[in-house]
Amino acid sequence: MAENILEMRNIIKEFPGVRVLKDVNFAVQRGSIHALVGENGAGKSTLMNVLSGVYPFGTYSGDIVFEGKACQFKNIKDSEQAGIAIIHQELALIPYLSIGENLFLGHEKTSRGVIDWDLTYNEAKKLLERVGLDENPHTLVKDLNVGRQQLVEIAKALGKNAKLLIFDEPTAALTEKDSQKLLELMKDLQKNGLTSILISHKLNEITEVSDSITILRDGETIETMIKGKDEISEDRIIKGMVGREMTERFPQRNVKIGDVAFEIRNWSADSPVIEGKKFLNDISIKVHKGEVVGLAGLMGAGRTELAMSVFGHLYGKNITGKVYKDGKEIDTSTVEKAIANKIAYVTEDRKDAGLILSEDICTNITLSSLNRVSQNQIIDKDKEISYANQFRDALKIKSNNIYQPVGSLSGGNQQKVVLGKWIMTEPDVLILDEPTRGIDVGAKYEIYTIINQLAAKGKCVIMISSELPEVLGISDRIYVINNGTVTGELSKEEAKAETVMQCIVANKKLGA
Amino acid sequence: MRINAEKKKLPVNLRQYSMVIALIVMMVLFQALTGGIFLKPQNITNLILQNSYVIILSIGMLLCIVSSGSIDLSVGSVVAFIGALLGVLIVQKGMNVWLAILIALGAGVLVGAWQGFWIAYMRIPAFIVTLAGMLIFRGITLYVLQGMTISPFPKEFLSISSGFLVKTGTGKLDMTTMTLGVIAIVICVAVSVIGLQKKKKNGYQCPSMAAFWGKNIVAAVAIGLLTVWLALYNGVPVLLLIMLALIILYSFFMKKTVPGRQLYAMGGNEKAAVLSGVNTKKALFLTFVNMGVLAALAGIVFTSRLQAATPSAGQNFEMDAIASCYIGGAAVMGGSGSIAGAVVGALVMGVINNGLSIMGVGSDITQTIKGLVLLAAVVFDILSKKHTVKA
Repeated sequence: MAENILEMRNIIKEFPGVRVLKDVNFAVQRGSIHALVGENGAGKSTLMNVLSGVYPFGTYSGDIVFEGKACQFKNIKDSEQAGIAIIHQELALIPYLSIGENLFLGHEKTSRGVIDWDLTYNEAKKLLERVGLDENPHTLVKDLNVGRQQLVEIAKALGKNAKLLIFDEPTAALTEKDSQKLLELMKDLQKNGLTSILISHKLNEITEVSDSITILRDGETIETMIKGKDEISEDRIIKGMVGREMTERFPQRNVKIGDVAFEIRNWSADSPVIEGKKFLNDISIKVHKGEVVGLAGLMGAGRTELAMSVFGHLYGKNITGKVYKDGKEIDTSTVEKAIANKIAYVTEDRKDAGLILSEDICTNITLSSLNRVSQNQIIDKDKEISYANQFRDALKIKSNNIYQPVGSLSGGNQQKVVLGKWIMTEPDVLILDEPTRGIDVGAKYEIYTIINQLAAKGKCVIMISSELPEVLGISDRIYVINNGTVTGELSKEEAKAETVMQCIVANKKLGA
Repeated sequence: MRINAEKKKLPVNLRQYSMVIALIVMMVLFQALTGGIFLKPQNITNLILQNSYVIILSIGMLLCIVSSGSIDLSVGSVVAFIGALLGVLIVQKGMNVWLAILIALGAGVLVGAWQGFWIAYMRIPAFIVTLAGMLIFRGITLYVLQGMTISPFPKEFLSISSGFLVKTGTGKLDMTTMTLGVIAIVICVAVSVIGLQKKKKNGYQCPSMAAFWGKNIVAAVAIGLLTVWLALYNGVPVLLLIMLALIILYSFFMKKTVPGRQLYAMGGNEKAAVLSGVNTKKALFLTFVNMGVLAALAGIVFTSRLQAATPSAGQNFEMDAIASCYIGGAAVMGGSGSIAGAVVGALVMGVINNGLSIMGVGSDITQTIKGLVLLAAVVFDILSKKHTVKA
């Protein structure tokens, strides 16, 4: 049995009034991929921040032993020097600098204080080869997609001679294909002797690559499972995370599907960036009353773009196509008109485009339906508060009160606020774009329940999701979108992971 | 996590009142340093009149800052431009004063629309558009005035800044002022009592009785003190009524109306505001039109006070207005700030100006002190926010 590269013993970390880590023990074997799982707020990030020196020595109690030495990191630089590198969920690259410049940011290749650019780009090329990224190191980071940026981030860590890589939700923003590539890269790096810690909500990935799994719950280590020794199953991990057996990951509902209530016909749009390039090509979609329709596909396939071009023509140029509701054509050319026609779009990125983080829950919830709480443009504060309270209770938003800034809520609760905001507009059609991204299993279940309740009330729900099991689990019917066109329409019975994948890969029409 | 949120509330309130407390401390300090001159009724009236145009400008500036974090650098030049326009219309052409004022306000709309068009619809940064405007309108002013000062303006025009309501009564105290003061207190208390009743009727959460009456008493005492002070001198300046109307109107607009809420939303997160159905382009355009109108109003007031149109009028007014907003707690990136805060900020600057000038301190030292106060206020703001994030 290999020795431990890292041991964290009896780690206790307190914030004023809360003990976030209560005596956590965490050991990682050299050369292994060790998964760290737990619900949001379980203490994973705090533990990693303790490890990397974000919370300096002295602000926590307990011991960190790395490579046999007791460590007392005062800042991130200390931990990097020791060989620990974090690849953050939110990438920390500078968009307007080149790959090469980014790779050596902070430890530039210099000779006598002057940057040696030839050496820099030469070394950069080697690093890119190590992560299997075929890009010119002079390329600006802003021109790379998220998957490639992630690889640059990893290359950057390798450039610092990292021995232990910490991946914080590395695949949260990646497509299935890119995620798969990333996981393979992790295995490759493992063969070269690197140790990785993987923090992820995606249990299938975890069971696929990791050698051992540690579960945190409420700041405590629940258990550590080792591959080959313990029986590892998703159900067991989930049970450990939430502390209860989750019999079903998707709540059941009685589907009562009515007539066609919402229809997009022959929708096309050009790319706003590249002149004359058709980004969306002749897309037609139907949704019945009370139906949940999933839009599956790779990231960048055009699903978000479709939603945004329909909802207020926010994306694309030369938009053609028609939108029908209850058989009548409706105008959705501005967001106001779309909202007036009872359409709601819950954005993909809740922090960036869904919420005003500095404002409180109340303000955020009522933002899209101020007309419901105002008369002659004058807001009735009391009415607003009572509505906000109503939604807070109905959606079980965990907070002290409705005056808490949404920036201080957990991901799942933030998502509930966004949902509440749109439910308050009393929509007939809801387009949900990645509504469960980056939130924990328990909160996901609650979001699914909300979706089911909406469908049960006869609303049309369109759900965009990049997680296959989720699309399969929640949808009554699935459209697969690839390259800006519909490449498949599958009923609940037809839809299996394999058939959907086929439509994605085949790039030709199947099913209907 | 619960405890954190509880804590978060406290420093925000503290921050809200801290500038008011600082203002009161400053006034007391100047009272001592000037040997009692500072708080004389005459000086208080002066203080209000002196700072009227900065307060008017800072109201408009606050809307710009809240809605988009942008500032309007052109307002000082616009003040001079409007002055020149009034000079030409009233003094040289002999136009009716009120018609000329209407035209001046119309010119303000056009100036705002011109800048708003570039900023909101063409997406040129406000800093650049208004920097250009600062040069353009100062240039036009110089061209129109040919380096000369235009005067004299008719009495009717001058009364905007120097007029007072007719005095009544025979004693030392002016009865018009006292009556208005009492009415103001009654309205103030009545509005909050009605609000409380409505809350009770609908079964909403109410503030504690002590807090409710405490607030009312403080407000009543403040209004009462101001009333007595004004009544001891010339009574209520017309300009004060205009300013109070603006302050009340804009506070109401920002706090209680849908468009006001939308300005805060777009300043907090523009993308989210767009996706929530806010027409951000139109809102930003109108914000700058509004700034143009208020700049024109400030121009009218300032010209009236100066009794002349001069080429150098309004220099650095933009800086005073911007500083007032930041001292008053507006966020540099937009999304937060209040009219009351901006007004308090403007008063802080005004009190420093006035107090130091009574003490005979030169403008060199005064500027330095104003700069330090601005920095201190913002540093305090950021530190108190940081504190809450950490906790």
